[in-house]
Amino acid sequence: MIESLSLILKGLQTTLALTVFSLTLALGVSFLAGLGRLSKNSVVRATVIAYIEFFRGTSLFVQLFWAFYVLPFMGVELSPMQAAVLALGLNYGAYGAEVVRGSVNAIGRDQWEGCVALNLTPFQRLRHVIIPQAIVIMLPPFGNLAVTLLKSTAIASLIALPDLTYQAQLVRNQTGQTLLPFAIIMIIYFAVSTFIKSGIQIAERRLTIGADRAQPARSI
Amino acid sequence: MEWNWTFAFAILPHLLEGAKTTILATFLGFLIAIVLGLAMALGRRSQQPWIARAVGLCADFIRGTPLLVQLYVLFFVLPNMGVVLSPLVAGVIGLGLHNATYIAEVYRAGIESISRGQWEASKACNLGISQTWRHIIIPQAIPPMIPALANYLIAMFKETPLLSAITVYEIMGEALGAASRTYRYLEPVTMVGVFFLIISLVCAYFARVIEERVRIHQ
Repeated sequence: MIESLSLILKGLQTTLALTVFSLTLALGVSFLAGLGRLSKNSVVRATVIAYIEFFRGTSLFVQLFWAFYVLPFMGVELSPMQAAVLALGLNYGAYGAEVVRGSVNAIGRDQWEGCVALNLTPFQRLRHVIIPQAIVIMLPPFGNLAVTLLKSTAIASLIALPDLTYQAQLVRNQTGQTLLPFAIIMIIYFAVSTFIKSGIQIAERRLTIGADRAQPARSI
Repeated sequence: MEWNWTFAFAILPHLLEGAKTTILATFLGFLIAIVLGLAMALGRRSQQPWIARAVGLCADFIRGTPLLVQLYVLFFVLPNMGVVLSPLVAGVIGLGLHNATYIAEVYRAGIESISRGQWEASKACNLGISQTWRHIIIPQAIPPMIPALANYLIAMFKETPLLSAITVYEIMGEALGAASRTYRYLEPVTMVGVFFLIISLVCAYFARVIEERVRIHQ
């Protein structure tokens, strides 16, 4: 029993590491692609659209297997962790890019015109005026994406990454118990996703202090 | 590794066979999801606070845990309790149950988007509860839900490869089967990716058309 628990806790570490790494990659890619989607340069725009459509259109599951089984034949050898971070990060980056684009678009024209009137450079406009306001709108959808990403990390167990789900299967094979390991990991997943959700709510409350716009509608 | 067309054509019939299962699982799962989702949405609106709270908690729990683990529970744990499901049945139930919790939110948003005035006017016109729902609320609530439901249908379609983990021979299961027999992953996995990409792009196009239609009607 104690042995099973320690196996599962080791899996939790892997799941958390995978979630944090892929979330970081996804966030970076979201901003790059989301802002690139709004670029005036049509080549940049087309590249970004192709990226978004490709990663949203082919299933995450297929991307993960492709990264792990096909890339080695092309000379790119990835560990299960690297393959999972790559697939999850790029997949959720594509969804996140649409969130970034939508939120930046939701900022009124007057703000952009105000920036021009104040003679701010394009970088300053984004950094000091547009992004700080857009982030408030992005938070709820990004929170949902983060929870979905956490849940998707379970599929990395299928490429033999020893995460929570993989360890639970290991316990099942070793002890023959089925209900206990799965019940434990479900409670852990639920606790972590609740933790992420409440973290986002706190951040939202912090960021909306002093904001004069009405609280943006929460998405499901 | 070079792309091998002969091999690609050799496995194509298997993949198409798998594609049928993929599509079947998607639609059956969606059917379960829209029915269960409705039950959950109504349960959450129940007058009995403990029913509303219990349904809400269950939905939150299902939404907060991975579909893959739920599939394992249906497939590995239930048989110990005397409930033996075939892989496809377990997969379809898991897929439907997981997405029902999301679709319940679509229903909730749709119902809540109807203004209070409509309810009050129905009461003023002396309509019964079933008449109010049947003639006033539902006809107005459904059109705005359609694009969201279509999105969930597409999302479920892209989740079906997970069913290969509980030995459902849908398209990904067939592809991985072919790959492990021959040690060639390039063609099967790429072909499955292309299959999903094509169907997703076509569906996304139709979803946009539907969305525009709905907007015109409003």
